[in-house]
Amino acid sequence: MFVLWAVATLTFFAIRLIPGDPAEAVLGGPGSQASQETLDQVRRDYGLDLPLGVQYLNALGRLLTGDLGTSYALKVPVADLLAAQIGGTLVLALAAFTVAWAIALVLSLWSTRGSRFAASLGQGIELTSAALPHFWLATVLIAVFSSALGWLPPVSTGGPAGLVLPTVTLAIPLAGFLAQVMRETLLDTLDAPFIVSARARGESERGIRLRHALRHASLPAISLSGWALGYLISGAVVVETIFARPGLGRTLLQAVTLRDVPIVTGVVLLAALVYIVMTVVTDAASRLADPRLRRAEAGR
Amino acid sequence: MNAHENLLEVDGLSVSFDGTAVVRDLSFRVARGECVAIVGESGSGKSVTARSLLGLAGRGSLVTSSSLRLAGRDLRSATERDWRAVRGSQIGLVLQDALVSLDPLRPIGREIGDAVRLHSHLSAEDARTRVLSLLASVGMPDPERAIHQRSGELSGGLRQRALIASAIALDPPMLIADEPTTALDVTIQARILELLADVKSRGTGILLISHDLAVVSAIADRVLVMKDGRVVESGNTRELLAEPREEYTRRLIAAVPTDKPRHTPLVPGGASVPAVASAPDALAPAVLEARGLVKTFPSPAGRFRAVDDVSFCLRRGETLGLVGESGSGKTTVARLVLALATADDGDVLLDGGPFSELRERDRRPVRRRIGAIYQDSLSSFDPRLSVRRILADASALAPEADRSSVGELLDAVGLPAAVAGSLPLHLSGGQRQRVSIARALAARPEVIVCDEPVSALDVTIQAQVLDLLDRLQTDRGLSYLFISHDLGVIRHMSDRVAVMKDGRIVETGDAASVFEDPKHPYTERLVADAPRLVFAP
Repeated sequence: MFVLWAVATLTFFAIRLIPGDPAEAVLGGPGSQASQETLDQVRRDYGLDLPLGVQYLNALGRLLTGDLGTSYALKVPVADLLAAQIGGTLVLALAAFTVAWAIALVLSLWSTRGSRFAASLGQGIELTSAALPHFWLATVLIAVFSSALGWLPPVSTGGPAGLVLPTVTLAIPLAGFLAQVMRETLLDTLDAPFIVSARARGESERGIRLRHALRHASLPAISLSGWALGYLISGAVVVETIFARPGLGRTLLQAVTLRDVPIVTGVVLLAALVYIVMTVVTDAASRLADPRLRRAEAGR
Repeated sequence: MNAHENLLEVDGLSVSFDGTAVVRDLSFRVARGECVAIVGESGSGKSVTARSLLGLAGRGSLVTSSSLRLAGRDLRSATERDWRAVRGSQIGLVLQDALVSLDPLRPIGREIGDAVRLHSHLSAEDARTRVLSLLASVGMPDPERAIHQRSGELSGGLRQRALIASAIALDPPMLIADEPTTALDVTIQARILELLADVKSRGTGILLISHDLAVVSAIADRVLVMKDGRVVESGNTRELLAEPREEYTRRLIAAVPTDKPRHTPLVPGGASVPAVASAPDALAPAVLEARGLVKTFPSPAGRFRAVDDVSFCLRRGETLGLVGESGSGKTTVARLVLALATADDGDVLLDGGPFSELRERDRRPVRRRIGAIYQDSLSSFDPRLSVRRILADASALAPEADRSSVGELLDAVGLPAAVAGSLPLHLSGGQRQRVSIARALAARPEVIVCDEPVSALDVTIQAQVLDLLDRLQTDRGLSYLFISHDLGVIRHMSDRVAVMKDGRIVETGDAASVFEDPKHPYTERLVADAPRLVFAP
């Protein structure tokens, strides 16, 4: 709750730092040539003539009642707009999240199999992919798979085929991060005494990894997952724009360009909410995967 | 086939890593129902030997031998697949500290069940029954409950039992136990050794690996003493202990502190401490006094009294030994004495004046008069500071007229001056503990609180450190509050002792009288369970 309030406050003031008059934004931007009377009228209607503190309290009051306001540019309630857009972004983020985890698991398990070559190659792949910017990756993927090979559409309209390229674009850098964390823990774990015990019991290499090491290796990656989803949603701004895919990201970008304060605030608040929910979910997942955490809490 | 047929035959075993030999030309036999011990310091190659016998010497190792036979079967040509069939079913392995030697994320029932699952085709129900009966056979109370618990939920002794159960799950004819009781309290250690003796009496051959001769003398039939990858001496336990032929073996035997009177050097040839110092004046003034200390911590069942009405006084120039098992509140007492924690009740006096009652600002100038040495010296140093910086920082606290140079401090603890430039991480365990003693001395304290100062060290290194502490006490008139779970160490070091149990001091008195004629049943048990050199196993 405190986080939501802090986010709302920060967004409210930060957006006022952008040069330009919000009243003009309502009327279609600086190019609208609106008369002074019209501007004054708009200011009165939207409460923009009041002192900043009062504006802030008004905005906060509306938020408390669940009213996110009405878009300046589109003149529709922000809540409806967000409700229409969030689905696409969530589908994209979850798909990318799943793919990233899968890639990270395979990559870290493969690169720790012992050969020095696999280890260096794995490390190289992780570093490179973690460092790839989304816009570059998206452009390359489009060039290769759409323009050259023609396998997949460059524009992400509905349908599973359109989802592939944006998902891969978002998933690859995240997979790099996750695999790095997992590989390190995996290597530490494989040196642990309980692994020696398991080997001495006659456990196979595969059993060692699947039954023992993997679970330990996934713990830090699970804790990172809350952050990862936030990262995916911010990445969605770029990816949705490039692939012309409807979603929160693209809505946000357009709103910022148009200085559409209510939409920006709405999107940011929604992202914060998703973040909070994800943190709660990952905490619960960590506790599920690591019984030691449950015990530490019970003992307190 | 007779009962004394050789179960394990090892001839000419050598192990090297990247061209460096760590085990050289090792040969020994283990018969059914026999316990053979390999004794040596860290780095002597004993653990590598144990793992080589399981084909687990590790990456980059080269293992060669002229013979390696288990129950008549040649293991030299075993493939990884063959080894997997041998491990667990033919040879079991018990490691040190089950907290990390059993997967902390999995219930012990599944860990033990794995061994059963890997080598037999029992149904889930039968496997469960087997696990329950195994847990019962290693003396686990309430096996039904235990199979759902993880290593971290069990006490040190119980999880070690679970680890043993997982190693003997398939009744392997051969069991390798690598430091199976290190880091356990004496009474628990004694029970675990009894359990191993029990396993041995069922006909299992045991290879026991330890740095402590006193531990192995309790159950080993024969002993191999290893140093730098070679066997320096081997023989029947009784004969080897009674008449060691090699200098190194004599050193190991001398290093065991149990039953060695106070001020006897534990390192042969070490300068013996003048006898005049051995009897501190019984009327000497108390330099440190604790009065009615109470410390509680929140717990699910109300407040837990970690320290419950503890009073003692430490006279100038004497050592007061505080002995008890883990969880008895010893370390909390140390923290209260050092004013690192605030007591709920009671106070600590230094030289008759207030210490724990002072405000932190007023206490800071007198803090240097009480020094401290901890068990894990490595984590008590800033890893980025060199030994020189560590010692220089500490001696800046001493009165200006009375400061020692870094060189003098290193000299006092028997370290070469060259150590000054090193980082603590690059020193050996014994060297690190010497540095932490030097750091404690640097501020010119009158009292040193030693909290398990030798518990992480090999017996031979422990002997050197104990001798050093003893000598420094005589030379500098220091008073020690010496905390340890090891009765042998406490008895060797202390003039008077206080026995702690569940936060209370249950018995106190002169070291000799407490240990020779214990009044409290708990003290009696501690004394009975302390590992000592048993000359007739």
